[in-house]
Amino acid sequence: MTQTQQKTTPMASPDDGLGPVARFLKATEIDTRLLGMAGALLLIWGGFHVYSIFVNGNAGFITPRNLWNLSVQTSSIGIMATGMVLVIITRNIDLSVGSILGFCAIIMGVVQVYVLPDYLGLGNPLIWIITAIVGMTVGAVIGAFQGWLIAYRGIPSFIVTLGGLLVWRGCAFLVVRGETISPVDSTFALLGGGPYGAVGATGSWIVGLLACAGIIWMLISGRAQRKTHNFALRPAWADVFLGCLGCGMVIGAVLVVNAYPWPKGIVDAYAKANNITVPPEGMFISHGFAIPVLILVAVGIIMTFLLTRTRFGRYVFAIGGNPEAAALAGINTRWMTLKIFSLMGLLAGLSSVVASARLNSATGALGTLDELYVIAAAVIGGTSLAGGVGTIYGAIFGALVMQSLQTGMPFIGFDAGLQQVVVGTVLVLAVYLDILYRRKAK
Amino acid sequence: MTKRGTPLVEMRDISISFGGIKAVDHVTIDLYPGEVVGLLGHNGAGKSTLIKCLSGAYQKDAGQILINGQEVEITNPRDARAQNIETIYQTLALADNLDAASNLFLGREIIGGLGFVNDSKQEAETRKIMARLNPNFRKFSVPVSALSGGQRQSVAIARAVYFNARILIMDEPTAALGPHETQMVSELIEELKRQGLGIFLIEHDIHNVMKLCDRASVMKNGQLVGTVNVKDVTDDDILGMIILGKKPAHLAA
Repeated sequence: MTQTQQKTTPMASPDDGLGPVARFLKATEIDTRLLGMAGALLLIWGGFHVYSIFVNGNAGFITPRNLWNLSVQTSSIGIMATGMVLVIITRNIDLSVGSILGFCAIIMGVVQVYVLPDYLGLGNPLIWIITAIVGMTVGAVIGAFQGWLIAYRGIPSFIVTLGGLLVWRGCAFLVVRGETISPVDSTFALLGGGPYGAVGATGSWIVGLLACAGIIWMLISGRAQRKTHNFALRPAWADVFLGCLGCGMVIGAVLVVNAYPWPKGIVDAYAKANNITVPPEGMFISHGFAIPVLILVAVGIIMTFLLTRTRFGRYVFAIGGNPEAAALAGINTRWMTLKIFSLMGLLAGLSSVVASARLNSATGALGTLDELYVIAAAVIGGTSLAGGVGTIYGAIFGALVMQSLQTGMPFIGFDAGLQQVVVGTVLVLAVYLDILYRRKAK
Repeated sequence: MTKRGTPLVEMRDISISFGGIKAVDHVTIDLYPGEVVGLLGHNGAGKSTLIKCLSGAYQKDAGQILINGQEVEITNPRDARAQNIETIYQTLALADNLDAASNLFLGREIIGGLGFVNDSKQEAETRKIMARLNPNFRKFSVPVSALSGGQRQSVAIARAVYFNARILIMDEPTAALGPHETQMVSELIEELKRQGLGIFLIEHDIHNVMKLCDRASVMKNGQLVGTVNVKDVTDDDILGMIILGKKPAHLAA
């Protein structure tokens, strides 16, 4: 008995009997669900591309310009979806995020347009940062209040946040009697993207190379970790493959965003402002990564670490898997719930920064129906409404899928009714496929 | 019946009620080091409720809990753990979506340099303790929902044993197990007893009680019927206590 054990423990991988594909997936430990989502996304993009070329007769959907815009549009929903993952994992729901977003946008509009310029002067560089902090704080406080009602007063999250959906939307209109506050502070507006709100070609390369370095460092330190404890290592070729795949995707993204030039009007205005003479054939100035996209990436990384590597994240999963067991293990589940909802509110506030900056104005209607897209993004990304299961990258992927449909269908000329039908169908289908996948995985 | 020194645990005059129903009614029990005390009674007799006051899951309404002669306040599971009281619940209290290591260290994670959970250290430690408790255990990287009843049980036991418990509460540890695994649990109880732990064992199987326990406290309708030395009684005496709620005549002083 002891002998067989020693033989199998160090490298327990009965690979025999698996096909080459299965063996490959096993060695690289790639999440097959992620692979499925990537496939679905490519299918959607490809479908739009082909349709627009053959039916509409234009240049196709997969262009740097469309992909760049898609990335910016995904940011707002994506940021909130990362928080919704935590909420749903702990068997709760937050229907109020869209309204919190709208309310935060109005508060920030008032702060940066009506309040701060009086004290700091118009265009003061402190305005944007104070505004953003105020917005996120308001979101976090609202979230904490709702979390308190849910955790300490025992009101179901569905009801509390359904109430919040109405209350905060109503407050957003009450604050300024329904008016639109525009334009916002010019520095603040950069947080929403646009030609100036992007980091340019050089900046994008720096970001890209840092990301590549990060990927390689993670793979190497992961190997080192496994080695110190004598766990089975991934085959070296699988790690090399993963490294190449990760870096390749990052570099691909950099190439795409750098291939999208500023429009001619902006180039001319920029040249004029900086005393550059534009050559007759025009100047090619790249957008590079948009700032909101970088915000989303940063949020995604932070939230992934939070969820998978910290105590807090472990408790989120434990509460979702078995709330009673979590409590018996000494976890303060109420305090956790309050914190999770507060974090969700904070992210709604951040998302509000991005959304109102992108629109260059604050209206009480901002973020209407966002809660549904956010929940859909999390669920398409594999977060189980039964609780206990979910990933951050899945939710961001889900947001990208949702947003691809949202931008792609108007692009190829589907009318509004048909768009809703498709989005609704995709949501149900995605969840159904997920259920089938889980059943099979068992 | 004279006992050596201070008891490890004394629960004095404990009462707890839920909505007017007295689940535990002025019950006093104690536990000495290196001893197994069986808690017996029908379903609903109040055994689990009583023991949950000790493990921190419930709070007593009245009474005292003494550990090594010192009165302590146990208001939540963290307090109990701080007193080296570990509990193996009947439901096992595992988070099904987490793997064995995450469950073992739940609430007491090993934190690395950057404030992150050190998963590989946790897994290595889990492998060590499992090698001792259940050498056949291999499934370290899957959620515990994918484990068999016995394997899940060994995760729950490992969690209690790993953190150097001095007082162990086992709520029907063998209820869901096959004969082989039951044997393993029995051996473990014997071993822990030799190491000087005190064990409260909630058990329905009268044969296990006779085999494993030194004393047995019997409860009925929230009240203590009596505590007997297992050596001095027969199966039938204990069954009589459970069913009739009376101490056997030859012991009733």
